[in-house]
Amino acid sequence: MAKKLAALDVNKCIGCMECMFACSRRVGRGGFDKSAIRVRSAGGIERGFVIVVCRACENPPCAKVCPTGALRERKGGGVILNEDKCIGCGFCAQACIMGAIFWDNEKNKPIVCKYCGECADYCVHNAIGMVEVKAGA
Amino acid sequence: MLTKAKDMNRVLYIDLTKKDNKIEGREDLFDEYLGGSGVAIKLLEEECPKGIDPLSAGNPIIFAVGPLTALYPSASKTVAMFKSPLTGNLGESHTGGRSAMAIKLAGYGAIVIKGSSDIPVYLAIRGDEVKFKDASSIWGIEAVAVGRILREVEPGAGVRTIIRIGRAGEKMVRYACAVCETYRHFGRLGLGAVMGSKKLKAVVISADKSIEIPKEKRKEYKLVYDEIQDVVVETDAMEKYHDLGTAGKIYDLNKLGGMAYKNLESASAPEEIAREFSGENIAGKYLSRRVSCAHCPVGCIHLASLRELSEPGYYFKTSIIPYDNETIYALGFMLGMNRAEDYLRLIDAVDRIGMDAISTGVTLAWATEAYEHGIITKEHTGGLEFHWGDVAIYSEAIEKIVAMPNEFYRNMAMGSEYASSVYGGQDYALAFGGNEMPEYHTGIACYLNNLTGARHSHLDSAGYDLDQKLIGKEFTIEEVVRALLKEEEWRQILSSLVVCFFARKVYTAERVIKALDAIGIENWTEGKLEDLGRVIHRAKMDFKFREGFDLAKLRIPKRIFEVPTPHGLLKEEDVRKAIEIYGEMI
Repeated sequence: MAKKLAALDVNKCIGCMECMFACSRRVGRGGFDKSAIRVRSAGGIERGFVIVVCRACENPPCAKVCPTGALRERKGGGVILNEDKCIGCGFCAQACIMGAIFWDNEKNKPIVCKYCGECADYCVHNAIGMVEVKAGA
Repeated sequence: MLTKAKDMNRVLYIDLTKKDNKIEGREDLFDEYLGGSGVAIKLLEEECPKGIDPLSAGNPIIFAVGPLTALYPSASKTVAMFKSPLTGNLGESHTGGRSAMAIKLAGYGAIVIKGSSDIPVYLAIRGDEVKFKDASSIWGIEAVAVGRILREVEPGAGVRTIIRIGRAGEKMVRYACAVCETYRHFGRLGLGAVMGSKKLKAVVISADKSIEIPKEKRKEYKLVYDEIQDVVVETDAMEKYHDLGTAGKIYDLNKLGGMAYKNLESASAPEEIAREFSGENIAGKYLSRRVSCAHCPVGCIHLASLRELSEPGYYFKTSIIPYDNETIYALGFMLGMNRAEDYLRLIDAVDRIGMDAISTGVTLAWATEAYEHGIITKEHTGGLEFHWGDVAIYSEAIEKIVAMPNEFYRNMAMGSEYASSVYGGQDYALAFGGNEMPEYHTGIACYLNNLTGARHSHLDSAGYDLDQKLIGKEFTIEEVVRALLKEEEWRQILSSLVVCFFARKVYTAERVIKALDAIGIENWTEGKLEDLGRVIHRAKMDFKFREGFDLAKLRIPKRIFEVPTPHGLLKEEDVRKAIEIYGEMI
């Protein structure tokens, strides 16, 4: 069964950003410019945090608007990016109302979650985690 | 944007007078002094003219981060250095929040701000782009609200820091703080006043870069990272900062008889007060959320939720207020508060107006005792009657310290050292080296720390900790001085890397060397680190001596010799002797 990343309980988030750091660390970077997850305050830390991650939609709107077929649907939800086909038009990022498609300014291509779960491994408070995709759920 | 670690060793120089800036590579400094405190003291030497008025345009503000910033857990602090308007000497204050991550990933090892603006401004720094923006419309606004406003108008949500001052900074209250991410502060020694003197209301810094880990090091980096992460999360190395946070030790410290109460009338509050202000009670009744600094999974920042009826008809308001050990002491114990919610209201008042909680509490505690002794009267206070535990009066006094309606409040805004020099009562004015004391009345080590520490902060050499370890043991004064000096020297390394002092047990010399090595900063050894700690410490002390600091002239308030510590009564001759030994050792 395919897995996807999910915000399990956003109220558990303490805003440490370890998930963001973990995502870019996969490619040998300290920072967030390759990260496919973002945490920010919900208008001030007193209001808690917002976690922006790809929720691996069924019928993903980002794939629907991709003019070159660079984004294709992943079995069980979400998308897989073929960078070679991507022309960097940015339609996918506009189509995602979650704001979960981030932008790689060096490559001028989208950053799309690979559902690897590396970020969740570093979330010691279990605000995010990997869940099994249930068809039709 | 990807950048090599070395290329982040840049210094951004900002001139507020000319509204100009330049960026310089300073590998020379970062190679030799790592970063943080080490680089900051060198920049202070370069930029701060001898004998300068701390509130003049020539006093620099230096923010510095280090080689571990943004790369390892709990390497989450920024060092600020400046000449302090409170002590007239070395000013150094640390904070976390998102400041360190933002400065580093904007591509800087340090930022130097000099000059003075003719109009109120704030700085918007996004990577290499530096903008001077008119802050006239946010001048006069409290620190919390400034954050709310700038959060909306500036980009970079989630990857930025917003460092700002409240009204206290604008009015140059000598112990005004700079507030960072609403709940963190460059608290001590008056950075807020220095910003105010420059008409600098805020600094917004946004990240736009990331640091490249050399390909051949990536495996090693991940291994070291995971080791450190495991120690932070799974061992007891940071245990006391999990759970109840720093407030967790309040009750025990009071029971030990090492907690200054009512301006150190005694070193132990009555049992019911200790229970009311215990970390357990405050957490149980008010704790609503724990949050963390960027890149630290601990979450030691405890936020209380205070629900109050604001007007009849079930119109409630809820305030979110950060609390910790030091503020419980300064605004709770020191002022003889009886109820935790009154203490929370005072923190709220102090935070909004933007003053250091410790200096505010201790200065008000001195004034309360002076009022009891009749050397301060209603004529001075403009009719306010200072009484222990009176939250309404203290709240009003805090407003007046900033509004400065008369000479008395202008003097209060200078701190307890100065105010007591004007009105008397120096025997119970609890400032050391000009800086108001932390809570500890644990023995000789905590006071040596307050007196000799480069910042006169309890975090300089943790004398309070040494005192408690020495209970029931035999020791000589020389051993105590040596241990404190060794601790302060090692802490220069921690604050140059820059890691949070709460993670000091995580970052042992061995792990520091491994961590540096794994990001391509090689050839450090334990001996080299220790030597550098000594060099940085001496550089700070040299700056202090240059600015007139004199160990032989340190004022020691008599009160500390009148109240027993857990080690019994302290003797002035022992403390003086220890200061002398310290002078010989450095």
